[in-house]
Amino acid sequence: MIIGLGHYLTVAAILFTLGIFGIFLNRKNVIVILMSIELILLAVNINLVAFSSFLNDVVGQVYALIVLTVAAAEAAIGLAILVAYYRNRGSIAVEDVNLMKG
Amino acid sequence: MILQAIFFYLFAGICIASAIMVIASRNPVHSVLFLILAFVNAAGLFVLLGAEFLAMILIVVYVGAVAVLFLFVVMMLDVDFAELRRDFLNYLPIGAIVGVILLIELIFGVIGWVITPGAPKAISAPIAADVSNTQALGLVLYTRYVYFFEAAGMILLVAMIGAIVMTLSHKPDVKRQNIGDQLARRRSNAIDVVKVKSGQGLS
Repeated sequence: MIIGLGHYLTVAAILFTLGIFGIFLNRKNVIVILMSIELILLAVNINLVAFSSFLNDVVGQVYALIVLTVAAAEAAIGLAILVAYYRNRGSIAVEDVNLMKG
Repeated sequence: MILQAIFFYLFAGICIASAIMVIASRNPVHSVLFLILAFVNAAGLFVLLGAEFLAMILIVVYVGAVAVLFLFVVMMLDVDFAELRRDFLNYLPIGAIVGVILLIELIFGVIGWVITPGAPKAISAPIAADVSNTQALGLVLYTRYVYFFEAAGMILLVAMIGAIVMTLSHKPDVKRQNIGDQLARRRSNAIDVVKVKSGQGLS
Protein backbone atom coordinates (compact mmCIF):
# COMPACT_ATOMS: atom_id res chain seq x y z
CA MET A 1 0.00 0.00 0.00
CA ILE A 2 2.95 2.33 -0.59
CA ILE A 3 1.74 5.44 -2.35
CA GLY A 4 4.37 6.21 -4.96
CA LEU A 5 4.93 8.84 -7.57
CA GLY A 6 2.88 6.89 -10.11
CA HIS A 7 -0.27 7.22 -8.03
CA TYR A 8 -0.05 10.99 -7.98
CA LEU A 9 0.80 11.12 -11.68
CA THR A 10 -2.26 8.98 -12.43
CA VAL A 11 -4.52 11.32 -10.47
CA ALA A 12 -3.04 14.29 -12.32
CA ALA A 13 -3.48 12.54 -15.68
CA ILE A 14 -7.14 11.79 -14.95
CA LEU A 15 -7.75 15.39 -13.85
CA PHE A 16 -6.04 16.70 -16.99
CA THR A 17 -8.16 14.45 -19.19
CA LEU A 18 -11.31 15.55 -17.40
CA GLY A 19 -10.36 19.16 -18.05
CA ILE A 20 -9.88 18.53 -21.78
CA PHE A 21 -13.12 16.54 -21.86
CA GLY A 22 -14.91 19.40 -20.12
CA ILE A 23 -13.81 21.85 -22.79
CA PHE A 24 -15.26 19.61 -25.48
CA LEU A 25 -18.41 18.84 -23.54
CA ASN A 26 -19.34 22.43 -22.68
CA ARG A 27 -18.48 24.01 -25.97
CA LYS A 28 -21.08 26.76 -25.56
CA ASN A 29 -20.57 27.69 -21.95
CA VAL A 30 -17.53 29.89 -21.43
CA ILE A 31 -17.73 29.78 -17.65
CA VAL A 32 -17.44 25.99 -17.53
CA ILE A 33 -14.61 26.17 -20.11
CA LEU A 34 -12.72 28.50 -17.76
CA MET A 35 -13.35 26.08 -14.91
CA SER A 36 -12.00 23.24 -17.06
CA ILE A 37 -8.85 25.25 -17.68
CA GLU A 38 -8.51 25.67 -13.93
CA LEU A 39 -8.77 21.87 -13.59
CA ILE A 40 -6.02 21.41 -16.21
CA LEU A 41 -3.73 23.82 -14.37
CA LEU A 42 -4.49 22.03 -11.10
CA ALA A 43 -3.41 18.75 -12.71
CA VAL A 44 -0.15 20.38 -13.83
CA ASN A 45 0.39 21.65 -10.30
CA ILE A 46 -0.16 18.20 -8.82
CA ASN A 47 2.47 16.84 -11.23
CA LEU A 48 4.97 19.55 -10.30
CA VAL A 49 4.47 19.12 -6.57
CA ALA A 50 4.61 15.31 -6.80
CA PHE A 51 7.92 15.39 -8.66
CA SER A 52 9.23 18.03 -6.26
CA SER A 53 8.32 15.89 -3.28
CA PHE A 54 9.61 12.57 -4.60
CA LEU A 55 12.84 13.97 -6.05
CA ASN A 56 13.40 16.06 -2.92
CA ASP A 57 13.84 19.26 -4.91
CA VAL A 58 12.05 22.41 -3.79
CA VAL A 59 12.26 24.14 -7.19
CA GLY A 60 9.18 22.26 -8.42
CA GLN A 61 7.15 23.98 -5.74
CA VAL A 62 8.47 27.36 -6.88
CA TYR A 63 7.21 26.56 -10.39
CA ALA A 64 3.90 25.40 -8.96
CA LEU A 65 3.59 28.73 -7.16
CA ILE A 66 4.17 30.62 -10.41
CA VAL A 67 1.68 28.43 -12.28
CA LEU A 68 -0.80 29.23 -9.51
CA THR A 69 -0.19 32.96 -10.01
CA VAL A 70 -0.70 32.72 -13.74
CA ALA A 71 -3.87 30.66 -13.23
CA ALA A 72 -5.30 33.27 -10.89
CA ALA A 73 -4.46 36.10 -13.31
CA GLU A 74 -5.97 34.12 -16.17
CA ALA A 75 -9.20 33.54 -14.28
CA ALA A 76 -9.48 37.22 -13.39
CA ILE A 77 -8.83 38.39 -16.96
CA GLY A 78 -11.12 35.74 -18.45
CA LEU A 79 -14.00 36.64 -16.20
CA ALA A 80 -13.43 40.36 -16.85
CA ILE A 81 -13.62 39.73 -20.60
CA LEU A 82 -16.77 37.70 -20.01
CA VAL A 83 -18.42 40.49 -18.02
CA ALA A 84 -17.48 43.12 -20.60
CA TYR A 85 -18.74 40.88 -23.41
CA TYR A 86 -22.00 40.18 -21.63
CA ARG A 87 -22.49 43.91 -21.09
CA ASN A 88 -22.10 44.54 -24.81
CA ARG A 89 -23.99 41.61 -26.27
CA GLY A 90 -26.28 40.30 -23.55
CA SER A 91 -25.14 36.73 -24.13
CA ILE A 92 -22.11 34.59 -23.41
CA ALA A 93 -22.66 31.84 -25.96
CA VAL A 94 -19.39 30.96 -27.65
CA GLU A 95 -21.03 30.74 -31.07
CA ASP A 96 -22.00 34.41 -30.92
CA VAL A 97 -18.35 35.43 -30.67
CA ASN A 98 -17.87 35.92 -34.40
CA LEU A 99 -18.11 39.68 -34.52
CA MET A 100 -14.65 40.09 -36.03
CA LYS A 101 -15.12 37.44 -38.70
CA GLY A 102 -16.18 40.13 -41.17
CA MET B 1 1.79 4.13 5.96
CA ILE B 2 -1.66 2.52 5.72
CA LEU B 3 -3.16 5.78 6.96
CA GLN B 4 -1.37 7.67 4.20
CA ALA B 5 -2.78 5.27 1.60
CA ILE B 6 -6.30 5.64 3.00
CA PHE B 7 -6.10 9.42 2.89
CA PHE B 8 -4.55 9.38 -0.57
CA TYR B 9 -7.41 7.35 -1.99
CA LEU B 10 -9.95 9.48 -0.11
CA PHE B 11 -8.58 12.78 -1.42
CA ALA B 12 -7.90 11.49 -4.93
CA GLY B 13 -11.31 9.84 -5.22
CA ILE B 14 -13.24 12.90 -4.06
CA CYS B 15 -11.07 15.15 -6.22
CA ILE B 16 -11.74 13.15 -9.40
CA ALA B 17 -15.43 12.69 -8.60
CA SER B 18 -15.92 16.40 -8.05
CA ALA B 19 -13.96 17.15 -11.24
CA ILE B 20 -16.42 14.95 -13.12
CA MET B 21 -19.27 16.85 -11.50
CA VAL B 22 -17.68 20.18 -12.49
CA ILE B 23 -17.90 19.35 -16.18
CA ALA B 24 -21.14 17.37 -16.05
CA SER B 25 -23.22 19.44 -13.67
CA ARG B 26 -26.38 20.98 -15.05
CA ASN B 27 -26.19 24.16 -13.00
CA PRO B 28 -23.00 26.28 -13.20
CA VAL B 29 -23.37 27.25 -9.54
CA HIS B 30 -23.04 23.58 -8.67
CA SER B 31 -20.04 23.40 -11.00
CA VAL B 32 -18.33 26.17 -9.04
CA LEU B 33 -19.09 24.51 -5.73
CA PHE B 34 -17.70 21.19 -6.99
CA LEU B 35 -14.64 23.06 -8.25
CA ILE B 36 -14.12 24.32 -4.69
CA LEU B 37 -14.42 20.73 -3.43
CA ALA B 38 -11.88 19.55 -6.02
CA PHE B 39 -9.42 22.23 -4.98
CA VAL B 40 -9.80 21.49 -1.28
CA ASN B 41 -9.08 17.82 -1.93
CA ALA B 42 -6.10 18.71 -4.13
CA ALA B 43 -4.84 20.75 -1.17
CA GLY B 44 -5.18 17.57 0.88
CA LEU B 45 -3.04 15.75 -1.68
CA PHE B 46 -0.45 18.53 -1.40
CA VAL B 47 -0.36 18.11 2.36
CA LEU B 48 0.22 14.37 1.86
CA LEU B 49 3.11 15.27 -0.44
CA GLY B 50 4.65 17.50 2.19
CA ALA B 51 3.95 20.79 0.43
CA GLU B 52 1.94 22.45 3.18
CA PHE B 53 2.59 25.99 2.05
CA LEU B 54 1.25 25.36 -1.45
CA ALA B 55 -1.74 23.54 0.02
CA MET B 56 -2.68 26.55 2.12
CA ILE B 57 -2.02 28.90 -0.79
CA LEU B 58 -4.27 26.74 -2.94
CA ILE B 59 -7.08 27.09 -0.43
CA VAL B 60 -6.54 30.82 0.06
CA VAL B 61 -6.14 31.70 -3.61
CA TYR B 62 -8.59 29.31 -5.22
CA VAL B 63 -11.30 28.78 -2.65
CA GLY B 64 -10.99 32.26 -1.25
CA ALA B 65 -10.57 34.29 -4.41
CA VAL B 66 -10.94 32.53 -7.74
CA ALA B 67 -13.91 30.32 -6.90
CA VAL B 68 -15.73 33.22 -5.25
CA LEU B 69 -15.03 35.28 -8.39
CA PHE B 70 -16.53 32.50 -10.52
CA LEU B 71 -19.54 32.29 -8.23
CA PHE B 72 -19.98 36.05 -8.39
CA VAL B 73 -19.85 36.11 -12.18
CA VAL B 74 -22.16 33.11 -12.57
CA MET B 75 -24.72 34.69 -10.31
CA MET B 76 -24.33 38.20 -11.74
CA LEU B 77 -24.80 37.29 -15.39
CA ASP B 78 -28.41 36.53 -16.18
CA VAL B 79 -27.83 33.72 -18.66
CA ASP B 80 -30.15 30.94 -19.66
CA PHE B 81 -27.82 28.04 -18.94
CA ALA B 82 -30.33 25.45 -20.11
CA GLU B 83 -30.08 27.03 -23.56
CA LEU B 84 -26.31 26.73 -23.45
CA ARG B 85 -26.55 23.04 -22.66
CA ARG B 86 -29.01 22.15 -25.37
CA ASP B 87 -26.49 20.49 -27.70
CA PHE B 88 -24.63 19.00 -24.76
CA LEU B 89 -24.78 15.43 -26.03
CA ASN B 90 -23.75 16.32 -29.58
CA TYR B 91 -20.24 17.01 -28.38
CA LEU B 92 -20.06 13.91 -26.20
CA PRO B 93 -18.60 11.48 -28.82
CA ILE B 94 -15.78 13.69 -30.08
CA GLY B 95 -14.95 14.79 -26.54
CA ALA B 96 -14.97 11.19 -25.33
CA ILE B 97 -12.71 10.07 -28.20
CA VAL B 98 -10.18 12.82 -27.59
CA GLY B 99 -10.32 12.34 -23.84
CA VAL B 100 -9.88 8.56 -23.97
CA ILE B 101 -6.97 8.82 -26.43
CA LEU B 102 -5.31 11.43 -24.24
CA LEU B 103 -5.86 9.39 -21.10
CA ILE B 104 -4.42 6.24 -22.72
CA GLU B 105 -1.36 8.19 -23.84
CA LEU B 106 -0.88 9.68 -20.40
CA ILE B 107 -1.27 6.26 -18.75
CA PHE B 108 1.36 4.84 -21.10
CA GLY B 109 3.57 7.72 -20.08
CA VAL B 110 3.00 7.05 -16.38
CA ILE B 111 3.59 3.29 -16.73
CA GLY B 112 6.65 3.28 -18.97
CA TRP B 113 8.48 6.00 -17.15
CA VAL B 114 11.63 5.78 -15.02
CA ILE B 115 13.88 8.34 -13.40
CA THR B 116 17.23 8.38 -15.18
CA PRO B 117 20.16 7.54 -12.92
CA GLY B 118 21.67 10.96 -13.56
CA ALA B 119 18.55 12.81 -12.36
CA PRO B 120 19.44 13.02 -8.65
CA LYS B 121 22.65 14.82 -9.60
CA ALA B 122 20.65 17.49 -11.38
CA ILE B 123 18.64 18.43 -8.30
CA SER B 124 19.33 22.08 -7.84
CA ALA B 125 17.76 22.88 -4.48
CA PRO B 126 17.43 19.84 -2.23
CA ILE B 127 15.00 20.18 0.64
CA ALA B 128 16.92 20.35 3.88
CA ALA B 129 15.71 17.91 6.49
CA ASP B 130 15.58 20.30 9.44
CA VAL B 131 13.53 23.15 8.00
CA SER B 132 9.81 23.35 7.43
CA ASN B 133 8.36 23.38 3.94
CA THR B 134 7.53 27.08 4.08
CA GLN B 135 11.04 27.97 5.18
CA ALA B 136 12.63 25.77 2.50
CA LEU B 137 10.46 27.40 -0.17
CA GLY B 138 11.23 30.89 1.09
CA LEU B 139 14.97 30.24 1.18
CA VAL B 140 14.91 29.44 -2.53
CA LEU B 141 12.12 31.73 -3.70
CA TYR B 142 13.51 34.98 -2.31
CA THR B 143 17.10 34.38 -3.33
CA ARG B 144 17.68 32.42 -6.50
CA TYR B 145 14.22 32.83 -7.98
CA VAL B 146 13.59 36.39 -6.86
CA TYR B 147 13.16 37.58 -10.46
CA PHE B 148 10.51 34.92 -11.06
CA PHE B 149 8.81 36.12 -7.92
CA GLU B 150 8.91 39.73 -9.15
CA ALA B 151 7.61 38.62 -12.55
CA ALA B 152 4.71 36.85 -10.83
CA GLY B 153 3.94 40.09 -9.02
CA MET B 154 4.02 42.01 -12.29
CA ILE B 155 1.67 39.47 -13.90
CA LEU B 156 -0.80 39.93 -11.07
CA LEU B 157 -0.51 43.72 -11.34
CA VAL B 158 -1.14 43.67 -15.08
CA ALA B 159 -4.07 41.28 -14.60
CA MET B 160 -5.55 43.54 -11.94
CA ILE B 161 -5.25 46.69 -14.06
CA GLY B 162 -6.59 44.88 -17.12
CA ALA B 163 -9.59 43.50 -15.26
CA ILE B 164 -10.41 46.90 -13.78
CA VAL B 165 -10.06 48.70 -17.12
CA MET B 166 -12.24 46.15 -18.89
CA THR B 167 -15.07 46.10 -16.41
CA LEU B 168 -15.14 49.73 -15.30
CA SER B 169 -18.01 51.54 -16.97
CA HIS B 170 -18.76 55.23 -16.82
CA LYS B 171 -22.43 55.98 -16.86
CA PRO B 172 -23.07 59.47 -18.26
CA ASP B 173 -25.82 60.38 -15.78
CA VAL B 174 -23.87 59.56 -12.65
CA LYS B 175 -22.20 62.53 -10.94
CA ARG B 176 -18.62 61.95 -9.96
CA GLN B 177 -16.13 63.94 -7.98
CA ASN B 178 -13.77 65.90 -10.22
CA ILE B 179 -10.84 66.83 -8.07
CA GLY B 180 -9.24 69.04 -10.73
CA ASP B 181 -12.34 71.16 -11.00
CA GLN B 182 -12.58 71.41 -7.24
CA LEU B 183 -8.99 72.56 -6.87
CA ALA B 184 -9.22 75.01 -9.76
CA ARG B 185 -12.20 76.75 -8.21
CA ARG B 186 -11.32 80.26 -6.97
CA ARG B 187 -13.22 82.87 -5.11
CA SER B 188 -13.48 84.98 -8.23
CA ASN B 189 -15.53 82.45 -10.17
CA ALA B 190 -17.57 81.23 -7.25
CA ILE B 191 -18.72 84.41 -5.55
CA ASP B 192 -20.34 87.36 -7.22
CA VAL B 193 -20.62 90.50 -5.12
CA VAL B 194 -23.64 92.48 -6.25
CA LYS B 195 -24.41 95.96 -5.11
CA VAL B 196 -28.15 96.16 -4.74
CA LYS B 197 -29.76 99.49 -4.74
CA SER B 198 -32.06 100.13 -1.88
CA GLY B 199 -35.67 99.34 -2.62
CA GLN B 200 -35.10 97.58 -5.97
CA GLY B 201 -34.03 94.02 -5.15
CA LEU B 202 -32.55 91.61 -7.62
CA SER B 203 -34.40 91.42 -10.86
